[in-house]
Amino acid sequence: MSKPSSSPTTATSRRAFLQGGGLLLGFALFGAGIKPVLAASTAQPVDGDVTAAFAPDAFIRIGTDGLITLILPNIEMGQGTHTGEATLIAEELEVGLDQVKAVDAPPNDKLYATAALGGQATGGSTSMRATWEPLRKAGATARMMLIAAAAAEWSVPAGECVARLGVVTHQPTGRQLAYGALADAAARQPVPSQVTLKDPKDFQLIGKSSRRLDTPGKVNGAVKYGIDIRVPDMKVATVAACPVLGGKLGDVDDRAARAVPGVRDIVRLDNAVAVIGDHFWAAKKGLEALDISWVDGANANLASANIMAALKAASERKKPIMARQEGDVDGRMKAAATKVEATYELPFLAHAPMEPINCVVHVRPDECEIWVGTQVPAIAQGLAAQVTGLPLDKVILHNQLIGGGFGRRLVAESVAQAAAIAKQVSYPVKVIWTREEDIQHDLYRPAYYDRISAGLGADGLPTVWVDHVAGGSVLGNYIPGGWPEDKLDDDAVEGAAKPPYDLPVIQVDWVREDPPVPITWWRGVGPTHNVFVVESFMDELAHAAGKDPVEYRRTLTRNQPRAAGVLELAAEKSGWSTPLAAGMGRGISLHDAFGSYMAAVLEISVSPAGEITLHRAVVAVDCGITINPNTVEAQIEGGLIFGLSAALYSGITFTDGRVDQSNFHDYRILRNNEAPKIEIYHVKSSESPGGIGETATVSAAPALANAIFAATGKRLRTLPFNRDALKTDGADKKSVSMIPPLAAPIAAALASVKPADTELEKL
Amino acid sequence: MIALNVNGEERNVDVPEDMPLLWVLRDVIGLTGTKFGCGIAQCGACTVQLDGRPVRSCVLPVASVGARKVTTIEAIGTTPAGKKIQDAWLDLEVIQCGYCQSGQIMSASALLDRNPAPSDRDIDAAMSGNICRCGTYTRIRAAIKQAAKA
Ligand code: FES
Ligand code: FES
Repeated sequence: MSKPSSSPTTATSRRAFLQGGGLLLGFALFGAGIKPVLAASTAQPVDGDVTAAFAPDAFIRIGTDGLITLILPNIEMGQGTHTGEATLIAEELEVGLDQVKAVDAPPNDKLYATAALGGQATGGSTSMRATWEPLRKAGATARMMLIAAAAAEWSVPAGECVARLGVVTHQPTGRQLAYGALADAAARQPVPSQVTLKDPKDFQLIGKSSRRLDTPGKVNGAVKYGIDIRVPDMKVATVAACPVLGGKLGDVDDRAARAVPGVRDIVRLDNAVAVIGDHFWAAKKGLEALDISWVDGANANLASANIMAALKAASERKKPIMARQEGDVDGRMKAAATKVEATYELPFLAHAPMEPINCVVHVRPDECEIWVGTQVPAIAQGLAAQVTGLPLDKVILHNQLIGGGFGRRLVAESVAQAAAIAKQVSYPVKVIWTREEDIQHDLYRPAYYDRISAGLGADGLPTVWVDHVAGGSVLGNYIPGGWPEDKLDDDAVEGAAKPPYDLPVIQVDWVREDPPVPITWWRGVGPTHNVFVVESFMDELAHAAGKDPVEYRRTLTRNQPRAAGVLELAAEKSGWSTPLAAGMGRGISLHDAFGSYMAAVLEISVSPAGEITLHRAVVAVDCGITINPNTVEAQIEGGLIFGLSAALYSGITFTDGRVDQSNFHDYRILRNNEAPKIEIYHVKSSESPGGIGETATVSAAPALANAIFAATGKRLRTLPFNRDALKTDGADKKSVSMIPPLAAPIAAALASVKPADTELEKL
Repeated sequence: MIALNVNGEERNVDVPEDMPLLWVLRDVIGLTGTKFGCGIAQCGACTVQLDGRPVRSCVLPVASVGARKVTTIEAIGTTPAGKKIQDAWLDLEVIQCGYCQSGQIMSASALLDRNPAPSDRDIDAAMSGNICRCGTYTRIRAAIKQAAKA
């Protein structure tokens, strides 16, 4: 391997960050609050204080040169969190976003390492909600200290001074001092115990579509993701785990692999084998040359149909755990004029973030250094400590920019695996999973089998609503010792327990049936699953009652003003009542996941061959105070497409304990030519900000199911939607849209030993 | 030794002939802007240009490059079409996680270079080989159209 073009610094950044004079404020977030835990001029020694005893989650540093650096508590995965968090601080600090530098990935210093590990994980659309007040207070604290320093300098009351765009002005005399000039003196001011926040009407940045801070380096290849890390003497590994989930490694004949040029080492783990080479290609060829026998274990005969059958049996026979029970459920059901029942089936899903799983680890005799992009640095560090047998403080984790998370990087089992590989060699190793390994050894969004029913009164409205959810406990994977058998996992019923409708008599319960395969969160978590069922079924009820789906929901949201607000806006902007051509249909979904309200209308057509074309999506959102409308819209567009991809194409299935899918040709992702036009409309709101990263993913599948019904009269209750069920032309061939558009030329290119240029150019 | 011209620089690399250009760029030359996404020409993350034409470098054996000039994301800003695409990408805030965007920009620049006024159909044809898991497709389309007007 040639000399690395960049090697991450190891011990330097901490000094660079702490030295150089000026004001440094560190803040610890706790619950909905915040307190300054470090206030220092960097001339003062702070090293002794920087221990686990206090763990700042966010820092504001103002240098004497006027440079303002923000180190932010949540990891940037593409959702614009850094820009949003910087906006909150800058708003109260009274600086422009162009005057601050948000540190993209945490720096390679122990100080921040402590902070990041003590901090929250980034997930569940919580970042903006959790930091909305605390980060504004952090900015205000710094501003007050700068103003106090200026007031002291001029010997005037602080009340006569204002801060704006990084400058403090003494209003009566017009004297001015820039933050850089005040930074040292500000560091000597007492930290205020009370801070006042701005009146929202005075916001300069919040509510504006400020430019994202993290994107310029993403148009020219300059930014580094975890997979791009190169450290001196590093080798590259790729790995194969037992294809049968839960199985073990048997024998490996590695003679042929060792003969592959560039292969350095073969490393055996309990359930996997890795080949380490000078570069990824050597490692991959070496891995392909291994002759491996696996010990399949308990899952050797596992098939998807068994899992769904087990869920169904559990749903029908096991005693459920009650999530919500209000009113005389049985009595109402008996008395109902009409009873409607349905069962819905949802598949396992892989995350397939664009950046494949990777991790650089260097295990030395006395410490372990890790470079990885993770949503859960503390868990990753703990696992590596376990694997290497080193104390926690000897595991140094450098968190990196993430090329897509979607929940995949809320688990760190691949960090443990990388550490186990690196432990067996003396040099640093970058482990990269192939896409096949990623799809086949993910921790999956669990499959669900849900039975839902309602009794309708004479007016067609539900008098009783009963939703029986059956599936595994995701939270259980995060709790040491597992999840107590009789305890409700709220995630399993999130989005089902409290639909935004007037449903006075309601029962929602959960039967736990953990699948024999690993599971975890997936974008949209509980609501992605539950709202598909709730909103499909709401449509079924509307049709059973002979009512228009929007009209039906309107009646049921009379006491739900925010839900009604987005419903009306989406109906109006989509032209809900205007007629459509034959073969076309509109479907709506409504929900209130993650503290935001959203209604989405999809306009589609279904061809006689069963092919679905997505024409237009109209989304109305009320996500409370909008910090950055442009980011909100980007998240809605992306989240919707993510959910549509899953509804149309995604499902992980198992045969003989092995995952059937392996790469993007059979785990399809929506492509540019298939994406609908998307229009987004905001309901103005002064409520606290709601989550937005996952909200539109939740809207997608039910809106599509309802649009398919509108277009074809067919109700599809199993995801992903089966096009063959929508055929009207009698053709018995497989749906063509399940074949990726580019498969033919690619297969040709792969088959030819020396691909012809013309074929490649077509790719 | 295999001779390559990458971003205008002559390089000699000592690698197996069948090694895909992607890994030569990333692991040998150290140009990590070109990304690995699938390895089977399905996602477009690894797109580079050979004499201005987009190719999937993950399935392109390095020995088949020959004398053709390789352009990667690190240098695409030096071409007129590449610069316009980068500017439009930033202006319309196309990017989310960014991991697919090197490939998107390489495909879009090649399109704009050949076709200064691409229609929706042209964009479909040129861009449907580039997957974006973050779902930035609507903005990619808008940004190509904006770049075409620039
Ligand atoms: S990595 Fe080459 S197309 Fe996906
Ligand atoms: S921006 Fe994340 S994959 Fe495209």
